[in-house]
Amino acid sequence: MTNLELQKMANEVRKGIVTGVHAAKAGHPGGSLSAADIYTFLYFEEMNIDPKDPKKADRDRFVLSKGHTAPGLYSTLANRGYFPVEDLVTLRKLGSYLQGHPCMQHVPGVDMSSGSLGQGISVACGMALGAKMSNADYRVYTLLGDGEIEEGQVWEASMFAGHRKLDNLCVIVDNNGLQIDGKIEDVCSPYPIDKKFEAFNFHVINLDDAHDFDKIRAAFQEARATKGMPTAIIAHSLKGKGVSFMEGNVDWHGKAPNDEEYAVAMADLEKIAQQLA
Amino acid sequence: MADIKTNKVVSKIATRESYGNALVEIGKENPDLVVLDADLAAATKTGVFKKAFPDRHIDCGIAECNMTGVAAGLSLSGKIPFMSSFAMFAAGRAFEQVRNSIGYPHLNVKIGATHAGITVGEDGASHQCNEDIALMRTIPGMVVMCPADDVEAKAAVRAAVEYEGPVYIRFGRAAVPVINDRPDYKFEIGKGTVVREGTDVTIVATGICVDSALGAAEMLAQDGISAEVINICTIKPLDEEIIINSAKKTGKVVTAEEHSVIGGLGSAVCDALCKSHPTPVCKIGMQDTFGESGSAAALVEKYKLDAKGVYEQVKTFLA
Repeated sequence: MTNLELQKMANEVRKGIVTGVHAAKAGHPGGSLSAADIYTFLYFEEMNIDPKDPKKADRDRFVLSKGHTAPGLYSTLANRGYFPVEDLVTLRKLGSYLQGHPCMQHVPGVDMSSGSLGQGISVACGMALGAKMSNADYRVYTLLGDGEIEEGQVWEASMFAGHRKLDNLCVIVDNNGLQIDGKIEDVCSPYPIDKKFEAFNFHVINLDDAHDFDKIRAAFQEARATKGMPTAIIAHSLKGKGVSFMEGNVDWHGKAPNDEEYAVAMADLEKIAQQLA
Repeated sequence: MADIKTNKVVSKIATRESYGNALVEIGKENPDLVVLDADLAAATKTGVFKKAFPDRHIDCGIAECNMTGVAAGLSLSGKIPFMSSFAMFAAGRAFEQVRNSIGYPHLNVKIGATHAGITVGEDGASHQCNEDIALMRTIPGMVVMCPADDVEAKAAVRAAVEYEGPVYIRFGRAAVPVINDRPDYKFEIGKGTVVREGTDVTIVATGICVDSALGAAEMLAQDGISAEVINICTIKPLDEEIIINSAKKTGKVVTAEEHSVIGGLGSAVCDALCKSHPTPVCKIGMQDTFGESGSAAALVEKYKLDAKGVYEQVKTFLA
């Protein structure tokens, strides 16, 4: 896809995030919006997947380790054709398959259930090792929050991935700098993130703008070309990206917009759509 | 040791050894079987599998929570992973990972938990897990098994491979007598066995306590008390029918397990009985207390989990 097409699609993904969370009256818009461009690039360009055959054996796998940003994953999957975009308004509602955190048994395209932080990266390691043991050439991607990497299990998994030289594993850290209780450097700083992954024998790519598709593409190409070690992409992003009043504002980590705020948010995204048209 | 009835010499083997041996045997037939350890392969007895199939053994280092997730990921790649550690760490430390990364997505992961209960012995209370059955049976869809001897342990491992879904199997450190070595022995997940028929009291036992219950039944017989002994290997799903039918016959039920009386076999039996046939139940096990260092034999004697201990508690219950 061209960058313009990707930008347009990412904007649609953002509309789906805001719409879903607004309808649910709960959920996590901030970290969904910050990762929208990464989600879009993965599902519309990078990964070998087929929405018509969500479980095909040789598909690339994606594990959303930061499971609370399910609205971002759901909106991407819906826009990619795994299920109807209209279903996004059922998010978090009783009887909906779009649970508050991803459930692989109910959502086409979800490769692993997640939500409890720090666990998805371990599962991604198992998938990547399984591929190697079976001489399969699929790749495994996992998206982590920058607050999530405060979980000790992330580093157990990283030690394992580095030790096992899982070069079919690509870890992405959505470094938007904010977690529930505030700035990550104020709560319990995980910095320097890049040096930590380097110390765990990862190839580290600092993606200095996780909303620039040229840079996103270059990062994933470099990851794919890296042999003999896993890759960590530290994706510097803006929490709440695309919605004026949510951008860089920790209050929108896990809060839904009311009707008035929803109208403003959608107007912001419509304006972006018009600029891209 | 000699069998009480036949005076025949009975061989003894720890069920953790049976676990390792079964993995090697089934590993020869099934190339998808893989084994994970957290730096305890020598103790969990999976070392024999590591030696036979080095490419299919994954040592995760001392990181049980990560091992749990890696096992989940391997199952999603079509492997049949057995993750091995001490019960304390597999069910205890990694409980939330087992619940969320294996139980909730209902993945085909098998958990081989060795060194369960107080017969860990000298290592003491920090390593004596008396809570794992309780923890594991609360996870929806989890099969929980506690084999009594070598024959049953091997059969349970094979059944776990054939079953699609998460399974927790509990193994012991100490050598225990082989009690199921008979030609008509059959194993099925979810099926209990009446190993001795009786009319006055039912003793429902699991793991090492099956042998204790049989010994106790022999002693009770000398007092004119006819005890029925039921071996429950699968604690979840529980063979409720076999227990209720026996309770209807005897009217009194005793449970015996090397586990806390809170949440284990005893609780599961009470759950079953209270629904359709309320019956007085005496729960033998660890009475809401931690264990301590000592030899396995000294500990089962002190905590009244040996034949004499079970016998005495049944007598008190019936008095």
